[in-house]
Amino acid sequence: MIGATLTVLGSLVLILGTVVWRGLPALNLDMLTQTPKGGYYLGKEGGILNAIVGSFYLAGGATILAVVISLPIVLYLQIYAARTRRAELARLAIDVLWGIPSIVYGAFGFIIMLAIGMRASLLAGIITLALLELPIIVRGMDEAIALVPNALHEASLALGATRLETGIKVVVRQTAPALLTAVLLAFGRGIGDAAAVLFTAGYTDRLPGSLLSPVASLPLAVFFQLGTPFPAVRERAYAAALVLTVIVLAISLISRRLAKRLTKHVIR
Amino acid sequence: MAECHICTKDLNVWYHDEQALKEISVEIPPRGITAIIGPSGCGKSTLLKSLNRLLEETEGVRVTGQVLIDDVDIYGPGVDVTEVRTRIGMLAPKPFPLPMSIYDNVAYGPRIHRQRLYLKQGSPRPKGNGNILDRAVQEHLQVAGLWDEVKDRLRSPASRLSTGQQQRLCLARALAVEPEALLCDEPTSALDPISAQRIEAQLQALKADVTIVVVTHILRQARRLADHVIFMWLGELVEAGPAAQVFNSPRDERTRNYLAGITG
Repeated sequence: MIGATLTVLGSLVLILGTVVWRGLPALNLDMLTQTPKGGYYLGKEGGILNAIVGSFYLAGGATILAVVISLPIVLYLQIYAARTRRAELARLAIDVLWGIPSIVYGAFGFIIMLAIGMRASLLAGIITLALLELPIIVRGMDEAIALVPNALHEASLALGATRLETGIKVVVRQTAPALLTAVLLAFGRGIGDAAAVLFTAGYTDRLPGSLLSPVASLPLAVFFQLGTPFPAVRERAYAAALVLTVIVLAISLISRRLAKRLTKHVIR
Repeated sequence: MAECHICTKDLNVWYHDEQALKEISVEIPPRGITAIIGPSGCGKSTLLKSLNRLLEETEGVRVTGQVLIDDVDIYGPGVDVTEVRTRIGMLAPKPFPLPMSIYDNVAYGPRIHRQRLYLKQGSPRPKGNGNILDRAVQEHLQVAGLWDEVKDRLRSPASRLSTGQQQRLCLARALAVEPEALLCDEPTSALDPISAQRIEAQLQALKADVTIVVVTHILRQARRLADHVIFMWLGELVEAGPAAQVFNSPRDERTRNYLAGITG
């Protein structure tokens, strides 16, 4: 028990420690509020605002798109199909999708883009990331809803409610904290992923302009800066990693707070 | 029995390949309390759940035969199952409040039915019926004997009530859709004696207006409550009739043995 806790806690502290230790000295207000200027990648002035904003656009858009696609799937799986063979087949497919490495999603998105003559852009990045997030959201919601006691379904059905009414008015309320957690988990995965956006979203030093132009992202900002021979730029890579880590941590803390607030009515 | 409110004809139920009810033909008279008694696993709850078609929500269930409510077969073609369940309310063994406030629990049924009515008729939602709902919630909480305890905290989560209060809330919730019959599946089995007594008193008070069917394996409870008794044994209907007759001069040997405490 103690060993397990120490291993997990130790890894977390070690990773956080490294990122903070290497990244904090290079982190300053310019990093957060400016886009890269000429010579930024040689160690001159500028920041990674392009990547911060780009990452939020990419992950935010992807999460919204993924939720929009997921909800009908989850409703179908839980309300109408539940334990049928077709639903189990769908679940198997989702599990396999979950396991596919993100670089494969990226390569897949790239091929599709080439086929339809689309360039690396915010839109292509959003669609690819949404595919990556989809299984996380569907499976997370599906499993949360599967845990709802049968007696709760029956309590609503016995009052003359339909399955759909029961799903929307009772089951969603009962599982609200878990549904939110699934969405934020997917957002966290999306904002931290480098491989899926490498070919599809591209990279730019400018702030995101339109859906059809390339967009920068934090994971790629880390990747590119870490690959330069200049120590000052590599320091900035850690600073970018620190920013990314803080965002992901903040999301997980916020989701905990929100989930707690939503549990007020949950029946145990 | 005289007239019949709910009656079954040759009702058979299978769970996958296992037959749980065998050729049940029974009549439940209007109003009063009908108790379904018998040992565990004899099909009491199955029979009860077949009366509002809640049974079909369980996986692998097959039903044949008829359940007539006011001479209409609820398993017949073209029957709206939500309407059946609105007319025939239910009280589960373990109270399960909905994940919302006390007020919303009671208002849940009336709200969805009204909403559906408006959707069907396509007319806009009339304003100012909040008061009607308020009154309905109060009235049904009073009938269920919970009003005085919760009137100052109607907006707080139902999950914070005690188990006994939750069961009375479930009763109020079931009554709020104004059913003509109420099916109670061991309604006091999760409750302490005082709470159980309150539920029993509530049912006694309701039986003048509503047909009440109570499944119980507590014989003393059946003796206290029942006007009519249905005795079941291993999926078969053994005996049914007025409580006095079944309890005092049972016709079947199995009933005699069960009532005497020799079996079950």
